[in-house]
Amino acid sequence: MKKIQNLFLLSILMMACTAKAQDNAGLRLPAGFSATLFANNIGSSRHITITPSGVVFAKLNAPNKEGKAIIRLEDTNKDGIAEKISGWGEYGGTGIYVRGKNLYASSDQGIFLYQLNDQDEVINLTSPKVIVKDLLDRRQHSSKSITLDPQGNIYVNIGAYSNACQEKDRMPGSKGMTPCPILDSAGGIWKFDGQKENQVYGDGKRYATGLRNVIGLDWNTKTNSLFVTQHGRDQLNSFYPQYFSDNQNAELPAETMYEVKEGDDCGWPYVYYDPYQKKKILSPEYGGDGKKEGAPNALSPIVAFPAHMAPMSLLFYKGNQFPEKYQQGAFIAFHGSWNRAPLPQEGYFVAFVPFKNGKPSGDWEIFANGFAGTDIVTNPRLAKARPCGLAEGPDGSLYVCDDNKGAIFKISFNK
Amino acid sequence: MKNICKIFFLLLLIFSGSNLFAQNMANGKKIYETRCLVCHQADGGGVPNMNAPLDGSSNVVGNDIARLVKIIRNGYNERVSLDGYYYSNAMTANPDLKDAAIADVLTYIRNSWSNKASVVTLAQVQKVKKK
Repeated sequence: MKKIQNLFLLSILMMACTAKAQDNAGLRLPAGFSATLFANNIGSSRHITITPSGVVFAKLNAPNKEGKAIIRLEDTNKDGIAEKISGWGEYGGTGIYVRGKNLYASSDQGIFLYQLNDQDEVINLTSPKVIVKDLLDRRQHSSKSITLDPQGNIYVNIGAYSNACQEKDRMPGSKGMTPCPILDSAGGIWKFDGQKENQVYGDGKRYATGLRNVIGLDWNTKTNSLFVTQHGRDQLNSFYPQYFSDNQNAELPAETMYEVKEGDDCGWPYVYYDPYQKKKILSPEYGGDGKKEGAPNALSPIVAFPAHMAPMSLLFYKGNQFPEKYQQGAFIAFHGSWNRAPLPQEGYFVAFVPFKNGKPSGDWEIFANGFAGTDIVTNPRLAKARPCGLAEGPDGSLYVCDDNKGAIFKISFNK
Repeated sequence: MKNICKIFFLLLLIFSGSNLFAQNMANGKKIYETRCLVCHQADGGGVPNMNAPLDGSSNVVGNDIARLVKIIRNGYNERVSLDGYYYSNAMTANPDLKDAAIADVLTYIRNSWSNKASVVTLAQVQKVKKK
């Protein structure tokens, strides 16, 4: 009977919570902010981009039920909800970026360029220009994120098809390879011309290396440099229980943000970043024991986030709708962890890092939460929505997309 | 008296049979927790796009036991769709896992969460040739 009573109370509580949460499309936001559900169930939307007129484009991980993998969304009556929704494209992918009338989209192997007309409609739906092709896609960390610099060069992440560059990937006891042969063609950021067609590896340049997998990247126009967020390695405790407990694995290594200049090396696979010791620690596959340091010449991160939360998108806020604290700062969409098990998962939220003069000026904080629809995510599949992409609208609103069912949230500041 | 004895032995038989199953399940659970849970998760749900689910997965509850044994022994790294979805992470091989342990962990994953399938016996595992 007690159980039934408890269940009853729990369901009342849940109803109360959802009723309250519906105010902001289920999100919890700082005071003064509100959110609308801009779109829902469009398919697994990875990254989004917005034209100066406010048209939103979303890249889907795989074609949706209608067989479309790029979605165009328009809020014609400006009520915060998209009414005009259409799609095209059959290839899954992650990256999408609009600059002027050029719309770039990536598959896991290449980058395509579409042309927009005056209404920001695509005029060459079936015949995009192939800008880059034949990039490495070996399943693991295969998604290609893209951003542009002010000159129109494209930066694309090519993730390492490995956890820690072991001779045998994710095999207990298998040694790390020196030098890591993966780094020739992956595990870094490559730079390509934004207009030249049919470029392959040889036409591009390895811009930065030693990055296991970057999904969030953005060009900061204040510092005139590229910032990236890396997904740190997995499975320290399952492979090296002598050095790492379940609890330590749940907290190590940090997810990291770097400011990268041409030629920089961020240290993967030889080191990982320990946010408690604040050091680059030698990977156990390379003889590390959780204490020995390594890769002295590798870059140190400018921000360290808790482990395994999976930063999927990075966006420097350029507008002035949000209060001053947020201006020039960085938003990061966290997908939420899976590798903290058996401990509860973390990080199904959008975080914020304040910046001043191009440097972080304070600790990171949670900006928007509640995407998962449950406070404790014990298993990733239970999360209702998983933040994946970020974009800023022309009015300075922040859009967040989800790659579970494909929700897009629009977050605004109302004073 | 004879009848009582009969009933007693019958009960014992049923009990020991289910006890054996319970033991296999308990062993399987232990192995699952140390080797499988970190990727496939406590609820067997896997991780969308990354690690395949075991709960409700047609392969796991299917009849191709040999294939399951091979995946556990040798790991897995192929682009193959499972019930319409693709999963990108490579699975670790378990060359050190004994045949009896493979039988137990397979019995466990085939009979946990919403899964209900036949027990996997040691003989079935032994029949699958090692690479």
